[in-house]
Parts: sequence; C-alpha cells; structure tokens
Amino acid sequence: MAENKKKVTLIIERQDGPKEKPYKQTFEVDYRPGLNIVAALMEIQKNPVTKDGKRVAPVVWECNCLEKVCGACMMVINGRARQACASLVDNLEQPITLAPARTFPVIRDLLIDRSVMFESLKRIQGWINVEGSWDMPDAPRQNPYTAQTAYEISHCMTCGCCLEACPNVGPQSDFIGAGPTVQAYLFNINPIGKYDEPKRLEALMGKGGITSCGNSQNCVEVCPKNIKLTTYLAQLNRDVNKHALANIFNK
Amino acid sequence: MADKKKIIIVGGGLSGLMAALKVCELGGEVDLFSYCPVKRSHSLCAQGGINACMDLKGEHDSIYEHFDDTVYGGDFLADQEAVKGMVEAAPKLIKMFDRMGVPFTRTPEGTLDLRNFGGQKNKRTCFAGSTTGQQLLYALDEQVRRWEVKGGVKKYEYWEFIRIIKNKDGICRGIVAQNMNSMEIVPFRADAVILATGGPGQVYARCTASTICNGSAVSAVYQQGAEIGNPEFIQIHPTAIPGSDKNRLMSEACRGEGGRVWVWRDNPETGEKERWYFLEDMYPAYGNLVPRDVASRAIYKVCVHMNLGMHNPNRVYLDLSHIPADYLERKLGGILEMYGDFMGKDPRKVPMEIFPSIHYSMGGIWVDLKHHTNIPGLLASGECDYQYHGANRLGANSLLSAAYSGTISGPEAMRVAKSGELGDPLTDRELEDAKQEAVDEFEKILKMDGPENAHQLHHEMGDIMYQYVSIERDNIGLAKCMEELKKILKRWDNIGLTDHGHWANQEAMFVRQLRNMILYAMVITKCALQRDESRGAHAKIVLDENNQRVTDEKGDLVFMPRDDKRFMKTSIATYDPETEEPVVTYREFNHSYIKPRLRNYAVAKKE
Repeated sequence: MAENKKKVTLIIERQDGPKEKPYKQTFEVDYRPGLNIVAALMEIQKNPVTKDGKRVAPVVWECNCLEKVCGACMMVINGRARQACASLVDNLEQPITLAPARTFPVIRDLLIDRSVMFESLKRIQGWINVEGSWDMPDAPRQNPYTAQTAYEISHCMTCGCCLEACPNVGPQSDFIGAGPTVQAYLFNINPIGKYDEPKRLEALMGKGGITSCGNSQNCVEVCPKNIKLTTYLAQLNRDVNKHALANIFNK
Repeated sequence: MADKKKIIIVGGGLSGLMAALKVCELGGEVDLFSYCPVKRSHSLCAQGGINACMDLKGEHDSIYEHFDDTVYGGDFLADQEAVKGMVEAAPKLIKMFDRMGVPFTRTPEGTLDLRNFGGQKNKRTCFAGSTTGQQLLYALDEQVRRWEVKGGVKKYEYWEFIRIIKNKDGICRGIVAQNMNSMEIVPFRADAVILATGGPGQVYARCTASTICNGSAVSAVYQQGAEIGNPEFIQIHPTAIPGSDKNRLMSEACRGEGGRVWVWRDNPETGEKERWYFLEDMYPAYGNLVPRDVASRAIYKVCVHMNLGMHNPNRVYLDLSHIPADYLERKLGGILEMYGDFMGKDPRKVPMEIFPSIHYSMGGIWVDLKHHTNIPGLLASGECDYQYHGANRLGANSLLSAAYSGTISGPEAMRVAKSGELGDPLTDRELEDAKQEAVDEFEKILKMDGPENAHQLHHEMGDIMYQYVSIERDNIGLAKCMEELKKILKRWDNIGLTDHGHWANQEAMFVRQLRNMILYAMVITKCALQRDESRGAHAKIVLDENNQRVTDEKGDLVFMPRDDKRFMKTSIATYDPETEEPVVTYREFNHSYIKPRLRNYAVAKKE
C-alpha cells in the first residue's frame, strides 16, 4: 500500500547559517489533494528524513497566516518568488525546488532577513502625519474611486517578491524596490497624507530612489496581490519629475 | 529625561500597537516584542469589519443597541461595565482609523459604508473590502513606525517572550525573552508589562488562527500565577474552508452581503430533492445572520446528526452565486480570491464548500476594567484577555475589542508606572536568576532525545481537543479529555529533537511552546468540565444514568439549560504547581445594566 501512494518530491536548498555554504537535500512527502508548500514543509517537520533515509534537522522557514495575507512565507519555488502557502503542489512541476530569496540575507535554510524593506518604509515616510490618536475633528470625505486605488495599494504585505524579481535590486544598485516605493503613492493620494507629498517625493529622488527603477516590469508579474506596481511607479516618476522641475524654478 | 517610563509590550497585533501608540503619546518608552515583524501579526486575518454605531444608514442605530446586541450575543456572561465602555468608544476609534488613512470602503457620497453582520439587526460594521484587519493593523503599524523613527519605540522582532520577572514583592517588573535567530536569552527591565499576545487557537492545531497564535505566553504567565477567565468559551466559526494545514476563514461578511447557507435534502412532504436553507428555516428572525455559536451548532447538526452534509463528508454550501459579480468584487474581493487560490473554484459562479472551525477565544487572562491582571505590574489586552465577549463574541467585535483594550492598557500601564505603586525595580541578581532559569530550561530541551516528535504530538493533541472540547460537549468526553491530555503531557517528556544547535532552532522553541499549549488545553477542558450548563459557545449535552446522550421525542440531543443561578459567573482558573492542573473557582461580575433574558434567534430580540 504505502509504496503505491503518490509522492511529492521536494529539492530544498539549505544553508545552516548566514556564512555557511548552501547545499541541497531531497525530501518526499505523501501527496494529497490541495497540498501546498507550507503543508508539505510541515509534513517534513513531523518526519525530518531525506529521501535517502537520512535523519536531518527540520527545514527552517517562516510562515504565519497561511492565507496569503501576512507575507511571511515568501520563497523561491521552481525559480519564481512566491508565497509558499498559496503554492499548490497541483500547479507545480515536479520535482519542486525550494530556495531562499537570495536578494535578502539568508539566516538559515529558507528563512531570510527582510528588515531592509521596513527601513525603506521609514525613508519614504509611509504614514499619515496625524496629530495623535485622541479625538479630533473627522477626517475629510474621500472620493470612493481614489479610496479604491488606495485599498489596492494597501494590500502590499511587504513580502519582497517584487524585490527578488527585480534586476535592479541587489549589490549593483541601491534601488529600494517597487513595493516600498509604491507605498509613497498610497500616502500621497490620501487627503491628509498629500500634505507631506513633497517630502516623500524628495525621498524618492535620492540614491536608490525611483530613478534606479529600470522599468523591467518583473515586479508586476510576480506581485501576489496583483498590485499594478508599474502603473503607480510611472505615476510617481511623473510626480517626482514635476517636483524636481518646480524645485528648479522656485530656486 | 532620566525618569522616562519604560513599558514592555509583548505582541504587535492591533492591541499591542494601539497600546504602544498611547504609551508614546504619554511620553513613555516602549520595548515591543514580537515573534515576527509586527506587520505580519494575526490581526490581519480579520476580514469582515469592525462594529461601531455610526448610524449612517437611516436605521436609527444606537450605542445602546450595540451594547444590548453584544451582551445578548454573549449570553450574559460579559462584564457589562466593560462592554459599555467599549461600545461608547467605538465610533471615536473608527474616526481615528479614518484619519490614519485606513482605506475603508466608501459610499458613492464618499462617506464610510456599513454592512450587516451576525447577531445585529442594524448595519453597524465598518469595513475595508474583506481585509479590514489587515488595513487596521497596517495603519497602526505605520503610526508605530513613525514613533520608532521619533525614538519612542524600540522593536524586538523575532524575539520570543519566555516569562515575566517579579520583584521581591511579587510585582511584575520585567521579562525574559529569547532571540529567535541567535537563541540568546536576555532579561529586560520595565516599569510595567503589557501582554497582547493574541489567542490560543493552535491548541487545536487546525484552526483559522496563524501558526504563531499558540497561547504559549498566556500559559507561561498562568504558570506564574496569572488567573485565567472563562477559558472554556472557544468560538467556532461556522464558515471556514477545511484544510490539513489550517482551516481558512470565509468571512461572516459573505452572509452579511447576502450569502446563503444550504444543503440538498428530500422535501419532507413531497419527497422532491430541494435546496434546504436551514438557517433561514430554523431561525426566521435572523436567518443566515444568527451569531456564530448558533450557526455552527446548526451546521454541525445538519451534517453530523442529520447526515445531510455533502461529500467529503462534512460540508455545507455557502452561496454567493446569486449576487452580481461586480458587487461581490467591491465588497468581498480579497477573500473570494483566496477561495480561488486554495480551492481552485470561483465562488462568484459556484457555491463555496465550508464547515465550522475553531476560531477565537472569548476567554483569556482575567483582567479588571483597566486591564490589570491579578499580578501587579502585568496588564493584558486583546484576544489574550477574557474581557468583552462573554460566552460568545459577535462578529466584527474582535477588531473593536483589540483596538479598544489597547487604548485602556497603554495609558493605564503609564499611570501605574508613574504612581510609585510598583515597588522596586529588578535587581541585577533577580535578572540573572530569571535568565539562568530560562537558559537551563532551554538547554534541557536541546538535549531531549526520546522517540516522540513534537509536531506529531501537537497534531494528536489538536485531534483530541476537537473531539471532546468543541461544538458539542459532554462530561464523559471532557473527563476523558483531561486523562488524554495528562498522557500527552507525559509523552512530552519523551520528545526527541533532531536539531540540537544554537542557531535559529525553531524545533526547540516549538517544544517549549508545546508544553505551554498542553497545560492551557487542560485549562480549557477542566473549566468546560466543571461548567454544568449550556451558554453561548459552551453547549453541554445531558447524559442519562448510564452516561448515554439523552435525546428528545424528535431524536434531537438534549442540551443542559443555561443556569444563571449557579453559572452566571466568570470561571477562574489558577495553576496548581503540584498537580500541574488548574483549580477552578467562580467570580461575580458586573451585570447591573441589562437583566438576563433567554436568548432566542428564531424571533426578533426583545429588550
């Protein structure tokens, strides 16, 4: 019976620590309908034995929500950056390869350090400058269509797929990546947030800002939330140019 | 400047972040601890909305109505003084979130849209599509990041809370935590500590909660003397997509926007095959929008006792296919996409297949009205506390209670920190001892070499909890469950690790969490065993003298009635280190505003 069971083969690129050498291990787990990559990794946790019968330390990775909302389980699956929880085995060619997103420093196995993106959110001042959380007069009404655009951009879960896929993010460039850049647009179109638009545009004019975007359009292809990243990058680019011109004339 | 008060907040979900903001605004400093970047906290899984009486739909909605719906929905076990404070603050919180830029769904006029939700007759639920929790969490995450830049907040992300540290007077003045990468264990001083660590869903293994919602921190402070209130009240959400790794939530907003629940049956009179909209049939006044405990029991009955569930074997339909696709896209977009991602079918065209799942804990750390636990210096807020929801939580009240409780716990932590009530700071010796204890425990875990696998054991515990402590409970099953949990606890000693290293060792950390989870499972189970009544999510079946389940003339199970005289009281569980089990007592609470009345969703609510 057991031998006849359909198996799923996973080849996992592992790494014991930030400075260690990567190596590959192959695992097999039982197939079941609806199986996703996180569920497969959980099966390996229960029985961390490679295909050759070697008992090894369980694979280390990050996950939380398993619903494609938290952004934690991003990794490179069959060569493409995506969320492991929403990657169904049925839709993947076998053997399935898992690797860490090496645009970011690897901590261990598939676990990576994405703190650089959260730092970028500081740089673009990704917030509304409210006076405080206490009672204040109501926020202004909003155009419902603009609000819908804001809603779309506000789905960005800082997973890092767009950085991993971007040819301009890496040691050769300081580009902060599409996701964090486009967040600036989210706050610029808010009726209160737009007061700080010049500050955000100036942040994007500096090193690693929007001029580092090479318009490869890879980001929009891989965004798990289908955010129209390139559309908003183009809009921001226009806004930055306008702002730069205004700066020249005002001097 | 030297006298800046330091507040440690453990947990960066909606409640922890709200508390952090308040502390910063009051001039305090926050050390914020979280398993993950706080932007990835579980609050973001809340979908449907947040309740507040905004009265924007011409329905003459009132704060009193929200108050009464919440108390009635909670089957008269919620502290009414606490609930009153929450519902009164709700509209102000919505306005705050609006100012912070939450992209709430709007009407064509540009004002906030509202939708229906379970257990409420008026449109009272503010929402941002079907990802309201994500949007609210992000707004607070952004504000806290602003304070991080300004210097009020220091984040310790990828750090695990291990235990609190008390001074010689038994006052909580710090914590021990572990860096999840370097495995370094470090003690931290504070003027006061707030736990905002969320729910214990992982005690049931498969649930709608994130993998980080393990209740481990709550269990840890329980073992250090914190009282737990009403832990037996575990909400089972009626509509989830069952999965082997997790049950994915399908929001109550589906029904709020007109979704209908049905199964096939043979018409009892004509014998013809028909769609049976059983919730509408059983509860004509509320229909598909009965509260969650009621809906879950009905689905369970239809599937398990009437055998009408569809293939696989237990599923019912949640049907949106009669609603125009563009309307669905605007109101429910995010979650319809999720159903498509995981099930491969389009819910705009075919009915979704769903079943109830463990979802939320009404119970948690006992707190007073100001969110102090019974341990001085330790506060708790958010799902990890027991306040606001009684025996059953209304949908869209959880984001509200999470945010609201943070607006109480934060300022209150600052007040006591400044008051001088909290005695002496921790001595170096106290810090060192607390650290050493945690180090010794961890080193012992690293050496564990038995035959049991921790993840396998976790899975087994989840199955046991589902079997005995879920929708329908009885005393034989609950007593059996306690015995089974004791065996699991014994087997924990025989766990073996394959990873004995000191770098990002997730296995060892999980083993430590698992023990806490087992002890918390016992808290839930024992309180359920001792509460001999049915109330809200706790439904207990009557057994006859031979311990068989009693049925009525129609063959339906007979449930124990609600017993206000004996059990309109908060269950309090206290840890007994000798037996490692809880001691259960009962405590009075404030129910002075609304007189208890019988809860019946077949008819319109009477006040």
